[in-house]
Amino acid sequence: MADIKAPELTGEIITPKVTPGASKGIMPFKAKPELMEKVNFPAEKPSNWKELFLKKMEEILKKYRSVRVFLDECVRCGACTDKCHYFLSTGDPRNMPVHRQELMRSVYRKYFTTGGKLLGNLAGARELSDELLEEWLTYFYQCSECRRCSVFCPYGIDTAEITMAAREILDATGIGSKYNLEIINKAETIGNNLGMPGPALRNTLDFVEEEIEEKTGVPVKLPLDVEGADILLVTPSADFFAEPHVLSLEGYAKVFHQAGVNWTISSHASEGGNFGMFIGNYDHMKTINKRIWDAARDLKVKRVIAGECGHAWRVLYSFSNTLNGPFDFLDSQYRQPSHICEYTLDLIKKGAIKLDKAANDEFSVTFHDSCNVARASRMGETPGDQMTIPREIINACCNKFVDMADDTIGERTFCCGGGGGVLTDEMIDIRVKGAMPRMQALKRVKDSHDVNFFALICAICKAQFTKIFPIYGIEMEEVGGVHQLISNSIQLGAKEGV
Amino acid sequence: MNGLSTVINLLAYVTALVFVVGFLNKVILYFKTPNPLLIPTTPAPTTTMGVVARMIPEVLFFRSLLKGGTAEKVLWVGGWIFHVTFLLIVLRHLRFFTYPVPGIIMAFQGLGILAGLLFPIALLILIVRRFTNDRMAVITLFQDYFVLILIIAIGLTGLLLKYYVRTNLVDVKAFILGLLTFSPAQLPDSPIFLIHFGLVLVLLAYFPFSKLMHAWGILVSPTRAQADNPREARHVAPWAQ
Ligand code: HEM
Ligand code: SF4
Ligand code: SF4
Ligand code: SF4
Repeated sequence: MADIKAPELTGEIITPKVTPGASKGIMPFKAKPELMEKVNFPAEKPSNWKELFLKKMEEILKKYRSVRVFLDECVRCGACTDKCHYFLSTGDPRNMPVHRQELMRSVYRKYFTTGGKLLGNLAGARELSDELLEEWLTYFYQCSECRRCSVFCPYGIDTAEITMAAREILDATGIGSKYNLEIINKAETIGNNLGMPGPALRNTLDFVEEEIEEKTGVPVKLPLDVEGADILLVTPSADFFAEPHVLSLEGYAKVFHQAGVNWTISSHASEGGNFGMFIGNYDHMKTINKRIWDAARDLKVKRVIAGECGHAWRVLYSFSNTLNGPFDFLDSQYRQPSHICEYTLDLIKKGAIKLDKAANDEFSVTFHDSCNVARASRMGETPGDQMTIPREIINACCNKFVDMADDTIGERTFCCGGGGGVLTDEMIDIRVKGAMPRMQALKRVKDSHDVNFFALICAICKAQFTKIFPIYGIEMEEVGGVHQLISNSIQLGAKEGV
Repeated sequence: MNGLSTVINLLAYVTALVFVVGFLNKVILYFKTPNPLLIPTTPAPTTTMGVVARMIPEVLFFRSLLKGGTAEKVLWVGGWIFHVTFLLIVLRHLRFFTYPVPGIIMAFQGLGILAGLLFPIALLILIVRRFTNDRMAVITLFQDYFVLILIIAIGLTGLLLKYYVRTNLVDVKAFILGLLTFSPAQLPDSPIFLIHFGLVLVLLAYFPFSKLMHAWGILVSPTRAQADNPREARHVAPWAQ
């Protein structure tokens, strides 16, 4: 991987010339037959694959209004063409959202519309072929399902919906992504994406407890499987061991400690992430999500709180109630999951936790809105609070904060380049490139405000940026979590007003 | 009534049927296809009233398009003028469909004439941008040019009828009212009118099977039309129960 070169950081995001095939050949490793079977997909692409393909596609067209309407209504106005980070960084026309969709739309015309059946090529209809499958596998895995395109589309066409449907069709045809399916299998059998069993998790938590006590002298606990706790924390499993994720875990623990609440992590649901969403599979998404609600019920908690993770929050906030609700066994005030940022800000506002801003004075901070939080969920009461709440937290615990350019934050935020199930080594080339627009925006605030702390609320964003910052020539220590800043500044011990 | 008139009268009825049935068919198909998950593009309103408030500027002013850069601003100008003038022209045509003509339609006449002139200019913008930009050139299909050229042709034959080859409007009105009252009348004696009218039939017949269905699609696009209320209400599709 040493030969991966990052685009030059100039601070400018320039729309490239169209270069057909520029990112051809970058695709995920295929899952082996045993793995495919474990997650209930055909082991291999059978000789009658076209039948399976079309059967699945027909099923999806019947089940998802989004896919049907989006395939019909696009006028090819071009508004989305330069909005995708993968197009901006590669120039490959297939990475223009509308042209990515066209990979499915052309098949839709051929097999599901009269015009396409009659006129074929002239109407832009395309027959199934091995070549087409290869293109599907390539370009539907060069989409991070970030939904940026849908913001600018006059009809709100969301390429992520098409990508998810396409991956679902590929899976049903016996072609799966090894990375995504391995993770799904681990989450469903062991309870987290890392495949870390309960005892190992306890060891890790012990270690984190020791770390905190060593640094602060205060015995902050990280309880596991405590029945009758008030709060169940569900966080991405990377928080348990990866840097800088674990520093945010310390932050959550300190917040709970200071709030004086009884909380717990669950070994059964030791994963906030849900890769079922990335492959557009309702059943897997539901199965993985169900572990959380089983754990909540078994542990008799009153409330579920989600740690820092973009897509996990989308599933918990937007889909959970649909998949496995209603959650009437929870406290009537907290029937729905809360985000740790909502929880922390609330405590800050109540004065229940005290923060020493000076503790973060070495940092000049900027904040990256995670796509799944910004464009696919909400926090707080008012739409848009998902942008203001993390910023309010940062401003409450830091003296120096600056936002990146307007068209790269909030609902227009650029993806980190590694979301949506592409955070795997064989995709490193497209991951590095895909981060380019975000990195250019960062470069500008680095130049103007000496930013040296890139605050995140997503485990995938954290993993992605720690990997690619060095390739762009930036120290990976500059990547961190919002609760890491809280962790640095929270005053332990002095409890008032709880 | 001559043979050609009979054929055109018949074609008009068939086309109207294709349009209405085809359109309703799509409307019903979209309604029958559920939304299994809440997927509004957020920040999104949390109530139905909020959704209505979000949709109005989307439909009337293509609000999301305005979030884009220069290319989208150009498209917005061309697209918006095109749609508004199209609407005005349709309204202006209602004078052929009604007897007596309601005052409100009469009130549109002046604007309608202005619209007739702006209409081809807007369409020109829309068509030129399709081959002058490398991204547009890649994504544009045959049918994208087809509708634009079809609509331009309708507009130009319309202008011809108005300014150069004046047709007997009394005959036109008799013909249209004949169609509407199911008492078919003689086609006006004008080849240009025949082309103008024939092209409109093509547009109507093509409409339900094409991207023109975006006119309805936008209203049921889940990313725009759903309320962001998973906390407040449970949302489950029948197939997922
Ligand atoms: C709710 C009503 C409608 C909305 C919000 C709407 C919106 C839009 C937008 C934003 C575009 C893209 C800009 C463009 O390419 O011009 C567009 C394109 C188009 N619309 Fe509509 N439209 C509506 C109804 C209609 C209707 C009733 C027609 C009937 C002819 C129509 C015909 C077209 C055509 C032909 C294009 C393509 C222009 C091109 O290819 O460049 N639209 N529409
Ligand atoms: S912005 Fe929407 S309508 Fe326009 S080309 Fe892209 S997907 Fe199609
Ligand atoms: S969802 Fe994101 S990654 Fe996928 S096409 Fe749209 S902008 Fe690109
Ligand atoms: S990993 Fe982060 S930035 Fe990337 S798609 Fe997910 S939420 Fe967006």
